[in-house]
Amino acid sequence: AERANLAGVRHIVLVLSGKGGVGKSTLSTELALALRHAGKRVGILDVDLCGPSIPRMLRVQDSAVHQCDSGWVPVFVGQDKAIALMSIGFLLERPDDAVVWRGPKKNALIKQFVSDVAWGELDFLIVDTPPGTSDEHISTVEALRPHQLLGAVLVTTPQ
Amino acid sequence: SSSGDEALREKRARILSRGLPKQKPIEGVKQVVVVASGKGGVGKSTTAVNIALALAANDSAKEVGLLDADIYGPSIPKMMNLKGNPELTPKNLMRPLKNYGIACMSMGFLIEETAPVVWRGLMVMSAVEKLLRQVDWGHLDYLVIDMPPGTGDVQLSISQNIPIAGAVIVSTPQDVALLDAHKGAEMFRKVHVPVLGLVQNMSVFQCPKCKHETHIFGSDGVKDLAKTLGLDILGDVPLHINIRETCDSGQPVVVSQPQSDA
Repeated sequence: AERANLAGVRHIVLVLSGKGGVGKSTLSTELALALRHAGKRVGILDVDLCGPSIPRMLRVQDSAVHQCDSGWVPVFVGQDKAIALMSIGFLLERPDDAVVWRGPKKNALIKQFVSDVAWGELDFLIVDTPPGTSDEHISTVEALRPHQLLGAVLVTTPQ
Repeated sequence: SSSGDEALREKRARILSRGLPKQKPIEGVKQVVVVASGKGGVGKSTTAVNIALALAANDSAKEVGLLDADIYGPSIPKMMNLKGNPELTPKNLMRPLKNYGIACMSMGFLIEETAPVVWRGLMVMSAVEKLLRQVDWGHLDYLVIDMPPGTGDVQLSISQNIPIAGAVIVSTPQDVALLDAHKGAEMFRKVHVPVLGLVQNMSVFQCPKCKHETHIFGSDGVKDLAKTLGLDILGDVPLHINIRETCDSGQPVVVSQPQSDA
C-alpha cells in the first residue's frame, strides 16, 4: 500500500519558501490550475497543518473526506472536478479549529497523507508547505524520497 | 451533582497536567508580551519591533527586551541592525545585544545569516529554552517575544514554560490570514494565555502619487474577527513603503520617523 498509492504519480513538485506570507498556497493553487488547463492530471497535497489555506482558496472548505479500499479519497476540485486535493482542513470538525500539535504528531499525519491517500493516476502532485524549515518539511521529504521527487519551487517577495 | 462534577473535572485536570512542564517566570523579567498570528508574513516581527520601541519611547524609565523566537526565520537582527555572536557572562549566560535601548536576543545571532535551521521539534524546544533562560536579561519591565508563524512546538513550549501577561495577534484583513489568526487566538485560549487584542496590519495602501486608497487585502476583516472573538482592535497599520524600507535597513519606523502616519 505504501508504494501503491503514489505509484500512479509521475512527478512531485514541492513549493516552499522559508518566509511566511509570500504566496506559497496562492502559487500552488494557480500552478495546479494552470497545469490542469494544459491538460495534465494534477493533485495538490496541503501539508500546512497549522494553517491550511488551500481548501478555502478553492472554496471546498466544507467538503468531507471519504474512505475507499486503498485509503482516503481526495476531494476533487476545480471547474471539471478533476484536481485531487488533500488537506488537514477537511479533517477538522470546524474550519476554525486550531491544530496545536508537536512534531511527532505532525510527522505521523504527514506520513499518512503521503501513503494512505488514493491519488490515482496523476502527472503532477504539487505539495504546498508551511513557512519555515521544520518538522513538516523534513517529514514530507523523507516520506516522498522513495518516489519521483521532481524538485522544489521557492517563492519569495523582494523584501 | 454539579459540585461533584466540578471536583471530578478538577481532579482530571490535575492528573493531565502532571506530565506538562511547570511554568516558571524568567528571572528579572516583570511582564511578557507575545506577538503572534498563526499566519506567516503578516508583520509580526515588524509589529513586535515597533511595539518594543514604542514601549521604551513612551516611558524612558522602563527597560524593554525583545526576544526573537522565530528559530527558522529570525528577522529581528536585520530589523534592529544588530549582528554578531553574543558574549558570555561569567555565569555562562548570553549577553543580549542592544540597540535603540532595547536588549535583543535571536537565533540569528547564533548562526550565519544564510544557514538554514532544519530541525525537528525537540531540538527547537531546547533552543527556545536556551534563548529564554540562558540569557542575561537583567531587570526588564517588558519582554516582547516575536513568535514564528503557525501553532506548533515553539508556541506551545513558550506558553507552557513561562507565564505570559498577554498575547497580541497580528493579521492582515485577507480571509486566509484571518482563518489562521482565528486559529492563533484559539491556541492561546487552549493554553490559557490572555489575548490582549488584534492588530490589523496592511489595512490600506495609499498611492504616493494620487493618494488614491486601495484596500489590497480587503477591508475590516480584522474588525469583524475581533467582534466574533470579543477582542479589542489594538491598532490599524497601513501598508506603507516607509515601514518596509526602514525595517529592511535596520531603522524601524518608530525610531526613524516617529511623527509620520505610519
